[in-house]
Amino acid sequence: MRPLTLRRLFLQCLVLVLILFVVVVIAIKFGAVPVSLYALGRDVLRVLFGRSSQISSDYGLIVWNIRWPRILLGIIVGASLSVAGTSFQALLRNPLADPYVLGVSSGAALGAILALIAEPFLALSPALSALLTPMGAFVGAAATIAAVYFLGRREGQIDSTTLLLGGVITASFLSAIIMFLMTTVTSGNTRGMAFWLMGNLSTSFQKSVYWFLGIGFFLAAGAIYTTATDLNLLLAGEKEAMHLGVDVPRVRLVVYIAASLLTGLAVSVSGAVGYVGLIVPHIMRLVFGSDHRTLLPTAALGGAIAVVFADTVARTVVAPSELAVGAVTAIVGAPLFIYLLRKGAS
Amino acid sequence: MSSGSALARTPGEPARSGADVRLSVEQVSYAYSANPSQAPLFTLEATSFQAKPGEIVAILGPNASGKSTLLQLIAGALAPLSGRILLDGFVTHSLTPKTRAQRIAVVQQESRLLFPARAWEFVLQGRHAHRRALRFESEDDIIIARNALAQVGAADLSDRWMDQISGGEKQRVILARALAQQPLLLLLDEPTLHLDIAAQVDLLHSLRRLAAENRYTVVVVTHELNLAAEYADQVVLMQRGRCLRVGSPATIYQRELLEQVFQTPLTVELGSSGRPHVTVLSER
Repeated sequence: MRPLTLRRLFLQCLVLVLILFVVVVIAIKFGAVPVSLYALGRDVLRVLFGRSSQISSDYGLIVWNIRWPRILLGIIVGASLSVAGTSFQALLRNPLADPYVLGVSSGAALGAILALIAEPFLALSPALSALLTPMGAFVGAAATIAAVYFLGRREGQIDSTTLLLGGVITASFLSAIIMFLMTTVTSGNTRGMAFWLMGNLSTSFQKSVYWFLGIGFFLAAGAIYTTATDLNLLLAGEKEAMHLGVDVPRVRLVVYIAASLLTGLAVSVSGAVGYVGLIVPHIMRLVFGSDHRTLLPTAALGGAIAVVFADTVARTVVAPSELAVGAVTAIVGAPLFIYLLRKGAS
Repeated sequence: MSSGSALARTPGEPARSGADVRLSVEQVSYAYSANPSQAPLFTLEATSFQAKPGEIVAILGPNASGKSTLLQLIAGALAPLSGRILLDGFVTHSLTPKTRAQRIAVVQQESRLLFPARAWEFVLQGRHAHRRALRFESEDDIIIARNALAQVGAADLSDRWMDQISGGEKQRVILARALAQQPLLLLLDEPTLHLDIAAQVDLLHSLRRLAAENRYTVVVVTHELNLAAEYADQVVLMQRGRCLRVGSPATIYQRELLEQVFQTPLTVELGSSGRPHVTVLSER
């Protein structure tokens, strides 16, 4: 017997934090304009000693105003999508559940677009106006997962294949509506079609948006974490979980709302980046086991690592042009999905 | 075949002393319908029986007789349409899921796992209801889980993967998880379904011993007539949603009654242990 201890959980997370640090440094270093590690270290020290005026302005601009916000966005988006994927997998008892595959990301994207279209007509205060897009994305995500849940039921039970099929069809349907809206409604502030359908991290936001995203992530992921041991039992089935003392309706509601919120947050700032919620929890389960007390935090860190790394690849592989980060995650994620589907079927 | 009009219904054994009764099922009924406006697809008519600590009650009957429904009602998972079920004076359905799991352990027909787990992880799940949210397993939890595995003779399986052990071994680990809940009431839904005969006898033998040692009240749903006769103190005989008789195996195991319930010719003899033994006769 080797039950989980706080010490082991801490060490596992520490390893991932170190990997994330390395990936962040790589992400800052590489790009259209290379940044030397020496210059980077020197500039960090200058900031720490209060001499930021000595930093050369173009370096400072590239590192702090272009690359760092994008990395921060990648960290939040990756962690959110990965925790959302882990939660959907437990909630739906399906290891292939992922916000993108289930169409939840498309639903969130549609909600966000509708909010952006409606915004000029609503005459809201600037603060409320900024909240409208993530709220729209959250409502879109929550509505879609509810719809897919009912589509995936057969004779009162969730059928794994029907659920995935329902998700894929929903995603395709919602994408078509997104294309229709983007083509017909030409509003100045709706970003591009490719942004919503594939996802990228190239949009920069005001400082307050990053705070909002960060706090939103910790609240939603924290709510899911309080149900970590319940989720372990829920994997054996709802009836069995109930007999073992899980308040199933409460856990389902908390996880459903929080996971929809995480998907909505991520999609409202990055579009529909796919497969992160599928690949990362799968790898973390192989490495650290399937206990959600470990899985949730390691998946969050792993998601951050994966998206920051994928975005670095997306920025550099065809430089000076740029790929969407969603294209990179899909190129890796889709074959893995097929592999897992076939492995599960045998 | 007409309903059992020829059979007198005995509403539980009379004159049982109330003081040491642990489980009391009082005139409990239930109706299941796919849609509230439609006629019920299945009804369980008023059923009553009582059980003391250390007693094994077998719920016996053919398929679709309402055995599992009755078990779910006792577990508190379903709310009865009328009547009530008391465990040490508390209505089982009104307890919170957590309190209920501290007092009632349920062993289902099968436990499916989505991701691989080791036997000890599985047994520790039984401690969930005794742990506070976000707390890690304590020394006590580990000792209790280890004892539970030892009690069912599965201490050597502790580090094995659940999907790599035999059906009989798996059933013992599932039973160990139920014991780790430290319940007052142990409910089992056809626990012998996927087991070979040696494992079946082994399991019921363990149950007999555990009921005596730990003073559990055990309620087991089964259609294994002879295992029930051998190990049960009381038998609740069910047919098509009706509780026909409640009593000791000796009083329930009558040829005409069992033939009528199971719709097959059979003989009932008194075995060497003093308990009845049923042989099903081939009609051909």
